[in-house]
Amino acid sequence: MERIPILRMGEFLLVTIQVDMHDRLAMRLQDDLTEKIAETGARGVMIDISSLEIVDSFIGRVLANIASMSRVLDAQTVVVGMQPAVAITLVELGLELPGVLTALNVDKGMEVLRGTLAKAVEEQGGDRHPT
Amino acid sequence: MIVTRHESLRIQDEDEIVKIRQQARRWAADLGFSLVDQTKMVTAASEIARNTVVYGGGGTVDIEMVQAGDRQGLRLSFVDAGPGISDVELALRDGYTTGSGLGLGLGGARRLVNDFEIDSRPGQGTRVVITRWK
Amino acid sequence: MDAKQKALADLIAENPNTLRAAWMRELAIDVKRTNLMGEAELQGQCQEFLMRLEHAIRHGELEDIGAPSWTPVRDYLTEVSQRRANLGFSPADTATFVFSLKKPLFMYLQERSGNDSMLVEQIWQTTALLDRLGLYVMEVYQKSREEIIARQQDEMLELSTPVVKLWDGILALPLIGTLDSNRTQVVMETLLQRIVDTNSEVAIIDITGVPTVDTLVAQHLIKTVSAAKLMGVECVVSGIRPQIAQTIVHLGVGLGDIVTKGNLAGAFEYALRRVGMTTTPIRSES
Repeated sequence: MERIPILRMGEFLLVTIQVDMHDRLAMRLQDDLTEKIAETGARGVMIDISSLEIVDSFIGRVLANIASMSRVLDAQTVVVGMQPAVAITLVELGLELPGVLTALNVDKGMEVLRGTLAKAVEEQGGDRHPT
Repeated sequence: MIVTRHESLRIQDEDEIVKIRQQARRWAADLGFSLVDQTKMVTAASEIARNTVVYGGGGTVDIEMVQAGDRQGLRLSFVDAGPGISDVELALRDGYTTGSGLGLGLGGARRLVNDFEIDSRPGQGTRVVITRWK
Repeated sequence: MDAKQKALADLIAENPNTLRAAWMRELAIDVKRTNLMGEAELQGQCQEFLMRLEHAIRHGELEDIGAPSWTPVRDYLTEVSQRRANLGFSPADTATFVFSLKKPLFMYLQERSGNDSMLVEQIWQTTALLDRLGLYVMEVYQKSREEIIARQQDEMLELSTPVVKLWDGILALPLIGTLDSNRTQVVMETLLQRIVDTNSEVAIIDITGVPTVDTLVAQHLIKTVSAAKLMGVECVVSGIRPQIAQTIVHLGVGLGDIVTKGNLAGAFEYALRRVGMTTTPIRSES
């Protein structure tokens, strides 16, 4: 069965989408990711879509769902690497992914995740200190 | 308007939506569409193809290169024999859906192309024709 | 005026209606896109032209159509050509307006001379051939001119969208001149691509040099900002003129939650802070 691999990097999960995703594969990613977040207690999810040539309303919805579901599971999702042509098309389509954090690339996505995590820890007055 | 190249494809399931996308991309690139124009056309094709599969129960798509005067374009005609749409105006409105989607499919696709035609008869099926000019 | 010239003028003066009818028949055959102009307008043009032509032939020199006696004819041809260009006639179809008068005129001349119809026919064939070749050359010339203009327009579009790097992670796009829908789209795509290429975090769109903004352009700007946001980049719009602010409010476009700053300096300062920088004055050593 075709699957998109999910990598674990410390507190974060990293997914790189490199294929033209058909709908079932996207749904499976949604299932696998939520399970993996619960299983590992990950605090952040990064989805790299820089190889994705289109995002239609279905894939857009899956991305938004993953972000909402992971938030319920206490993890932040950041979508990184969206191509300009894809972004222009999504805006025209009327899909602006509200509630989904975005970053230009994997490096900047990591900064975003660390930043939101540090802020959350600060607000909770917790004792976790991410590096 | 004359047709300079033509191909017919079946769309019965989700895997074939991917095939339609790839074929639309190839033809748009052959026509010399810019990357943004390619992406818009392929995304529109993906939306309509999914409608054909999910709501129309599958159907066919005709991919055509067309020429009208000096301009060239890519035209995709999706035909299904499904239940049809009883209120086309409503179906084109953003946010309207009878399924589980965001309801951006038809209306969104219309914004991504230059010409958009829809002809639907309840009980007989739906035909959607989208064209993007170079 | 020599006798031949007078005979030509007389010929037109004596048969204005039959000549015009024969001419219009020729035009109907030679001009491909007849649906562009109504019958009545064409008839009026033919009639007016024949009148002015007759007058010019009677009172001027045939060899020099630049002479003052030909001014009414030239003026009228200018008017006819401009009208046809506006209606979408090709250069060749436009020139055919004049050339197609040849055949009817030659036929009348042949009738007059009454002899050696073979020679007249040969002259007619030759001149018709050369006319067509001449028209072809003109058509090709015109086409290549248009291609040059189109290419220059493209180059100007590229030139007029200079995306500049102000700091590590900060891009600026100073827009100057009137924005139309087409140009705004090119600008939008260029900016987003440069954001990726330069690995930037903030983009400033400065519209100080833009005199007016219509609904479409305002929407394009908003779409650019939204697309950048999807890519994880923040856009700041600076230099919105008071008139443009009024237009935007009147049009009801609304800039949503887009960050705006009065001028480029303000936007730059904001952008610096976004990438973790501040500006402080250099303390002078005393």
